[in-house]
Amino acid sequence: MITFDNVNKRYESGQDALVRVSLEIERAEMVFLTGHSGAGKSTLLKLLTAIERPTRGSILVAGQNLNRLRNGQIPYYRRNLGIVFQNHQLLFDRSVFDNVALPLAVAGCNKREVGRRVRAALDKVGLLHKEKQNPIVLSGGEQQRVGIARAVVNKPAILVADEPTGNLDPQLSAEIMQLFADFNAVGVTVLVASHDLELIARMKRRVLTLQAGQLIYDGIPSREAAYT
Amino acid sequence: MTAHTGVGDRWHSWLSHHREMAAESLRRFFATPLASAMTALVIAIALALPASLQLGLVNFQRAVAGWDGQPQISVFLHKEARDSAVQSFADKLRADPAIAEVTYISPEDALAEFQQASGLGDALAGLGANPLPAVLLLRPRDVSGEQLESLAQRLRDSAMTDSVVLDMAWVQRLAQLTELGKRLSAGLALLLALGVLLVVVNTIRLHIENRREEILVVKLVGATDAFVRRPFLYSGICYGFFGGLLAWLLVATGVALLAGPVAGLSSSYGSAYSLSGPGITYLLGLTAGAALLGLIGAWLAVARHIKAIEPK
Repeated sequence: MITFDNVNKRYESGQDALVRVSLEIERAEMVFLTGHSGAGKSTLLKLLTAIERPTRGSILVAGQNLNRLRNGQIPYYRRNLGIVFQNHQLLFDRSVFDNVALPLAVAGCNKREVGRRVRAALDKVGLLHKEKQNPIVLSGGEQQRVGIARAVVNKPAILVADEPTGNLDPQLSAEIMQLFADFNAVGVTVLVASHDLELIARMKRRVLTLQAGQLIYDGIPSREAAYT
Repeated sequence: MTAHTGVGDRWHSWLSHHREMAAESLRRFFATPLASAMTALVIAIALALPASLQLGLVNFQRAVAGWDGQPQISVFLHKEARDSAVQSFADKLRADPAIAEVTYISPEDALAEFQQASGLGDALAGLGANPLPAVLLLRPRDVSGEQLESLAQRLRDSAMTDSVVLDMAWVQRLAQLTELGKRLSAGLALLLALGVLLVVVNTIRLHIENRREEILVVKLVGATDAFVRRPFLYSGICYGFFGGLLAWLLVATGVALLAGPVAGLSSSYGSAYSLSGPGITYLLGLTAGAALLGLIGAWLAVARHIKAIEPK
C-alpha cells in the first residue's frame, strides 16, 4: 500500500531529514513509527501527505507515484488519506458536525450523504451526542476523537496520525489507540507516529524506528526492544 | 474505499457550494457591520467622485445643448458705408439661402449697448464721434465648418465689409472644455478604480490572514485551490456591490440636494432646465462595475496569498 524506495530528504538548510529510507507497508497493516524528535518522523509523514517532496527516491501510495503528482493533483490525492494531527486542528468557529463534515464538503458530497456519513463517523468515536456543540467546550480526548472522526469520514484507505496521543493521559491514549486498531480491523491501513513507547509495546504491532533520518529498526518488538 | 460521487452529484454540489459561499460571504459581511460598512464606504466615496463628475458633465451638456452648433457670423461694415447701402446689403443677405437670420445693429445701438455693458458711459460720452461701426449679425442655415468658411469668405469679399468674425471659437472652446471634462473624469475614474482595487485587495488579504488556520486544515483534507478561493472571491464581490450601492446613494443624495438651487437658477434665466439624477443605468453600472472591481481585487489577493498558505 505504501512503499518508500531509497528516499532521501534534504531541506534547503542542508539538513538531511531522511537518509535512504526504504520501507513497505501492506494493505490493512497497522504500523507505528517511532524515534526521537528530529529523527525524521514528521518528515516521513510530510512526504506521505505530499506536504513535502523527496529529494531523491520514490514513494508509491496505492500504486500512485507521488513524485509524478502535479500540484493540482495533490488535493485529490489527499482525499484518499485520513490525517490525524497532534493538536487535532479543529476549527472553533463551527460545530463538531461541521468540523467532521469538512472533508466531505471539500470533496463535494451531497447533503444527505454528508449527514449520514458524519453521524456514522461520530458514532464510531462515541461522540454522536455532541455533534451540535462547539469543539472548544470538549475535553482534550474528545477533541482528538473529533479529529479522528474527521479523518475517517471520507472512508480513506489509509489513516495517518502524527502523535495523536501527545497531550493525553495514559488511559485516554489507550482508548485512542484502540480506536485506530478498530479502524485497522475493518481494513484501513494505519500509520501512527508516536513516541509513547510503552503504549506502542502494548499494542504488539509492527514498529518502524527512525534515528537521525535512518530506519534503524523494523519489526514487532518485545517490551525491551522498543526502548532502544 | 474512498468517497465516490457521480458527475451529476459533483455538478450539483459545486453549484450548492457556490450558493453557500455567496450566502456565507453576505453573512460575514453583516457579521461585522461596522468594519464592513467602513470598507464599503471607502469604496463608495472613491466611486462617487468620478460618477458625480460624469453625471455633472452629462447635465452640463444637456444644459448647453440648446446653443450647441449654432455659430454666429459678425460682419463689421465699413464706417463710411451709408445707411441706405447698409440696408440694401442687409436685405440682400436676408434673401441669401445660406443665411437664416440677419440682425442689424446700428453704430448707435452698438454704442448704447457697450455703454451699458462696460459701465464706461461717461468716458464714451466724452468722445466726439461714435467709434463703433455698424454690425450685421448672421445666423447661417448650414453649420458645417466648410460651408461656414465659404460663406465667411463670400462676406469678406463684399465691398461693404471691413472684417468678418466667424464666431466659432466659443463653440470649439465649449467642445474642448467638454472633452477635457470627459478625459478628466475618465482619468479620475481609472485612478479611483485602482484605489478601490487596492482597498479590496487589502481587505481580502486581512480576511485570508484571519482564516489562515481554516485554509491550512481544508488544504490538508484535500481542498483544491478553487475551493479555498471561492469564499474570498464572493466576499470581494460583496464589498464591491455594497460599495457601488452606497456610491449611487451618495450621488443621488448630492443631486437631490442640488436640484432645488439649480431649478431656481434656471427659472431665473427663464429656462425649464432641471438636473437629471443618477437613474437606473447608474445604479446598475455602479453596482455591477464595483462588484467586478471587488471580484478582481479579491482575485489578486487570493492569487498572492492563498498560494503562500501551505501546510508545513
